[in-house]
Amino acid sequence: MEFAFTDEQRMIGETVRGFFAENATSERTRRAMAGDGIDRELWTAFATELGLAGVALPEDFGGAGLGMVEFAQVAESAGAYVAPLPLLGHAMVGQAIAHGGSAEQKSAWLPALAAGELISAAAWNADVAVADGRLSGTIAYVPHGAVADLLLVCGKDGAWMVELKGEGVSVTSHVTLDQTRPFATITLANAPAQALADGARATEAAQVAGWICLCAEALGGAQETLDRTVAYSRERVQFGRAIGSFQAYKHRLADMMVEIEQARSAVYWAACAVDENSPEAPLALHAAKSFAADTYFNCAGNMIQLHGGIGFTWEHDAHLFFKRARSILNLLGNGPWHREAIATMVLGAAA
Amino acid sequence: MKLGFSPAEEQFRAECAEWLQAQMNGPFRDIKGVNTLTTMVERRKEWEQYLGAHGWSCIGWPKAWGGRDATLAEQVIFAEEYARAGAPGRINHIGVELAGPTLLAFGTEEQKQRFLPDIAAGKTIFCQGFSEPNAGSDLAAVRTKARLEDGEWVVNGQKVWTSLAHISDWIFVVARSEEGSKGPKGLTFLMLPLDQPGIEVRGIRQINGDAEFNETFFTDARCPADSLIGLPGEGWKIAMGLLAFERGVSTLGQQMAFRNELDAIIAAAQANGAARDPLIRQRIAKAEIGLRLMRYGALRMLSNMDHSSIDGAALTYKIQWATWRRDLGELAMDVLGQAGEVAQGEGYEWGLLPNLFLFARADTIYGGTNQIQRNLIAERGLGLPREPRGDL
Repeated sequence: MEFAFTDEQRMIGETVRGFFAENATSERTRRAMAGDGIDRELWTAFATELGLAGVALPEDFGGAGLGMVEFAQVAESAGAYVAPLPLLGHAMVGQAIAHGGSAEQKSAWLPALAAGELISAAAWNADVAVADGRLSGTIAYVPHGAVADLLLVCGKDGAWMVELKGEGVSVTSHVTLDQTRPFATITLANAPAQALADGARATEAAQVAGWICLCAEALGGAQETLDRTVAYSRERVQFGRAIGSFQAYKHRLADMMVEIEQARSAVYWAACAVDENSPEAPLALHAAKSFAADTYFNCAGNMIQLHGGIGFTWEHDAHLFFKRARSILNLLGNGPWHREAIATMVLGAAA
Repeated sequence: MKLGFSPAEEQFRAECAEWLQAQMNGPFRDIKGVNTLTTMVERRKEWEQYLGAHGWSCIGWPKAWGGRDATLAEQVIFAEEYARAGAPGRINHIGVELAGPTLLAFGTEEQKQRFLPDIAAGKTIFCQGFSEPNAGSDLAAVRTKARLEDGEWVVNGQKVWTSLAHISDWIFVVARSEEGSKGPKGLTFLMLPLDQPGIEVRGIRQINGDAEFNETFFTDARCPADSLIGLPGEGWKIAMGLLAFERGVSTLGQQMAFRNELDAIIAAAQANGAARDPLIRQRIAKAEIGLRLMRYGALRMLSNMDHSSIDGAALTYKIQWATWRRDLGELAMDVLGQAGEVAQGEGYEWGLLPNLFLFARADTIYGGTNQIQRNLIAERGLGLPREPRGDL
């Protein structure tokens, strides 16, 4: 039994954690929130200094050739600091091309993605019409859609890459609840598109990477809400005692830890199952996405409650976690949708 | 990081599965799937002895004492295959999982000689006497007294929730051996034969109608001077060491039994149409998720056994499974509908799922209530201040 990090994985975890702790400060995140939702300097350092943009991309194309476990470690730390990075789209697009792209397509995009030179976004379950290699349709709620260079469109019968700065594309950005991952509506009107060689594999790989990204971010975020609330509960004194000594308070924190430990098992089970091509992978992914997202939202809500009034202020970071958690609940399938997928595996389709 | 077991371990799994299934479909088919601890006791004692005779009763023990020196992974695999084969709950699990390891860790050579071969052979059944009417969650508040008199320990007091005391041969107790001592100090760990005039065992009927628990009364009960484990006054240390054995490898076998319960709910839902109800589907999916996460939490815990840092997966495991199973019992009754409220036979006896519903209410109490678990998690896992002690 080796369901534990290797020494190398432990080192990766510590390095990434240290990087975000030093650089993804609240001040910088808030600056990005007031702008387009990306801390460019952070993204560049993430990609070039640490080479993390290519962590799970093939070595032949400038990546580190590691798996979903290592990517999950990266996303977990990014999530812990609510880092304003285009990580979700980046992971989905990179894995889609790596798994479903032709040799030329890989050469064309992967090195630039691994180097962090391109910002990419992904549209899941897009309803688009295809004619003569051109796409038409409106795609809503694209994370970081307004700042991306490249869009992956996963449709019913294929996956396409669209240059967002090209013709036939119009983009409307939206003021979004989670300002670290703002949505855009992208309208394609006969926009030139390049079909990925194996659309089905590309779509599946994008989906897997997206779910891993979100569940790992949720895990990191949830753990951070717990750690920060524990720290606060030891400092804050009321009725002549640290509030963390009250049983009502302790028990709520304990419940957070119980959920988070399960979420941790879920995330690394799913990541490991994907890396090992386990037949359990689909079940694990649905379980991890739904469970970790629920855990994060519960924990972030508790963080506000357990901080009292200060937790409700704009100045405090609690709302950053709370809003990111709310956003993760809906992205790439909500909890009931994922659980129904599991119910179908276990019980058969609903009549 | 890896999910599975090695090819050699999978080979061992096949060996275990083959042997266990041969017994459960052969000479012991009459006790296959028996799920309460009190039914068919004589046959299950025979099963314990049969396990012992074939070297399968305590595979994690050293070979010298009747075990197989099995690795942790092998013990996990055996526990899983044991439950998968539908083998009945171990009537001597206290002997094999608690008394034996305690003797191995703290016993003298003579004590090991006296007890271990018979535990391994399934001939000596043990039960545990820790809780008392006034020492439940606050276990260190035990009042049962022990004094040394003419080369014998003499024990007076009362224990409660002594599972299977009525069918056991020996009981181990923590008793207060220092007059006037309080809390964890002054306690001594003793082993007593149950068959003696000074011990009376009375069954306690539970909410499911069964009587697995007992009250055990000690009135000048006796045991030889060398029946104590460790030194006088070390009882708390030994009892705590023993409780650490309690959440070891058997957890994965327990999960296989949970798997059987969830499968029974799934089958019931498919049979009566509840499987079409979207809310039931959500809850079954949640139960499935919870069960899988228990498995991977346990694998994390067991993969981490040699790490000294606080292990979150281990610390949260009890409340996790107990709460999951309580929810599972409620789900079972919602799936069954009113059919679940009617007994199949003449007596107040329940099938797998209604019994699960009722018994699961004990899961969140014994071995540390959910409330005590939350205290432990907050204090040990999160470093929050300890609950203040009252002085009543």
